[in-house]
Amino acid sequence: MNNNPLSVRIAGLELRNPTLLASGILGYTAESLQRVIEGGAGAVVTKSVGVAPRMGYANPTVVQASGGLINAMGLPNPGIDEYAAEIIHAKTVVKAPLIMSVFGYSADEFALVAGKAVEAGADAVELNVSCPHVKLTGSEIGQNPKLIAEVVSKVKAAVRKPVIVKLTPNVTDIAETAKAAVKAGADALTAINTVKALAIDVETAFPILSNVRGGLSGSAIKPIALRCVYDLYEQVKTFIIGCGGITTWQDAVEFLLAGASAVQIGTAVALEDPNVFQAVNRGIKTYLKKKRYKSVQEVVGFAHRT
Amino acid sequence: MRTELNTVRTTPILSVKTESPTVKTFTLTDRLCAKAKPGQFLMLWIPRVDEIPLSIMNTEGSAVSVSVKAVGDATRHLHQMKKDETIGVRGPFGNSFTETPGKVLLVAGGTGIAPLLFLAKRLQAASKHVAFVVGAKTKTELLFIADLNHVCTEKSIITTTEDGTYGLQCLVTEPLTRLLAEQKFDMIYTCGPELMVSKIFALAEQHGVPFEASLERLMRCGIGLCGSCVIGKYRVCRDGPVFNSKQLREVRDELGISKLGFDGNRIRV
Repeated sequence: MNNNPLSVRIAGLELRNPTLLASGILGYTAESLQRVIEGGAGAVVTKSVGVAPRMGYANPTVVQASGGLINAMGLPNPGIDEYAAEIIHAKTVVKAPLIMSVFGYSADEFALVAGKAVEAGADAVELNVSCPHVKLTGSEIGQNPKLIAEVVSKVKAAVRKPVIVKLTPNVTDIAETAKAAVKAGADALTAINTVKALAIDVETAFPILSNVRGGLSGSAIKPIALRCVYDLYEQVKTFIIGCGGITTWQDAVEFLLAGASAVQIGTAVALEDPNVFQAVNRGIKTYLKKKRYKSVQEVVGFAHRT
Repeated sequence: MRTELNTVRTTPILSVKTESPTVKTFTLTDRLCAKAKPGQFLMLWIPRVDEIPLSIMNTEGSAVSVSVKAVGDATRHLHQMKKDETIGVRGPFGNSFTETPGKVLLVAGGTGIAPLLFLAKRLQAASKHVAFVVGAKTKTELLFIADLNHVCTEKSIITTTEDGTYGLQCLVTEPLTRLLAEQKFDMIYTCGPELMVSKIFALAEQHGVPFEASLERLMRCGIGLCGSCVIGKYRVCRDGPVFNSKQLREVRDELGISKLGFDGNRIRV
């Protein structure tokens, strides 16, 4: 791994390259996660899983917007007790770190689910305090520094694996919520989750998503995500995982330069296919060589130099 | 995927045709879906109710047709809709059947005949030898029998019903066993209930006949994102819905056995 210029180390996780599957994309089954690893991802983040099963919202749950997709899936998941079996199976199938996305309606629920996930074999947990379309969880926690701190502290007390906090951009100052997470013990931050959004059909004159509001992902939010990462790199000392509209290797390198140690890719898995990770990694590798960098680490935050 | 395909187009229903006591065919104008190939599907938005995946049954000029069985809330609601009411459409999505040269056999169960009739029309236009086995629960649910007579000769159509009200009283798999023992086919195409698909696949394997099946799963996004429709490592909406023998061998422990439910849990097919 030492000779691999793409390898990165984030909060104790060893990745063969800096690209991860973002949460919510595929991610129910071990086989679909492994497909993404075969497509070149360095690690995978599962669907968000909570204490109890959830059916999610009725369709339409995804709608095309200019430059991106708006989704309101509604956190469909089988609940941690069922999903634990899938994690155990996934650990035998998926040949890369498995990061479990966790959500809950209280700090205790987050801690309970995270504990069971790690017990089943998850290599790290990512706390979804940023889903913009389910009430009483997600961004309703992630917009409140006090609640974030409470969730992070309880999870940290419950697990001995890295705890990553996925931040919402739907706040006045993302550094404020990030600082609360880091102070409470977060080992890394993912920035950003989707941007709260809406689509209306002019013919029927109704919102299209069954949940009305959803979260925007894809190219349209890339500049927002990039600015968030840049802000966080300046103000918070911890690992940052960039997420938001990354489709090409140039997008990924922009995030590295802004201060991300790795990136997550989601929407591009639909726009391109699961092999998008290979294409992005190939591009990063060529960039490193051309610019005479020995590792990804040398690029991280380089745009901040004076 | 081209984002143009994924953008919802709202359009008035051009016509509604009753095919059986439970099945209606809806036709609408859509430039993009009218270019669909047999096997592809579209996502039909029933405003304020649901959005569902449907196999494309026919295209003609700039019109596209889907045949829908009333089985749940969304489809029952759709059945109440009339000509000129507005619905939404995105697609076409997914892959299509390959057009095989030589002698082919199409096996349809229930509404599974919709994409196969579409395919048969294309194959017939390319003057392929087309044989059809078509089955349903009862005579009134046998669909498109008149259309089938246009795409293949009467003696190359075998009809079955479970209650014996028309054709042979059995499942489609029964005459198939005999047919495959007597004749050599270059390809079997199938669409229908998954237990049927799974049994026919076993027969095709036994006789060494190449096989393609259109599969059905719970679908949400339709574009390979949400993972609701996965079978093994494949996404039915994006890598399918048509799968060949090689792929089906890889997913044998799920085919006809399990699928994901709304909460992502594995349930019986």
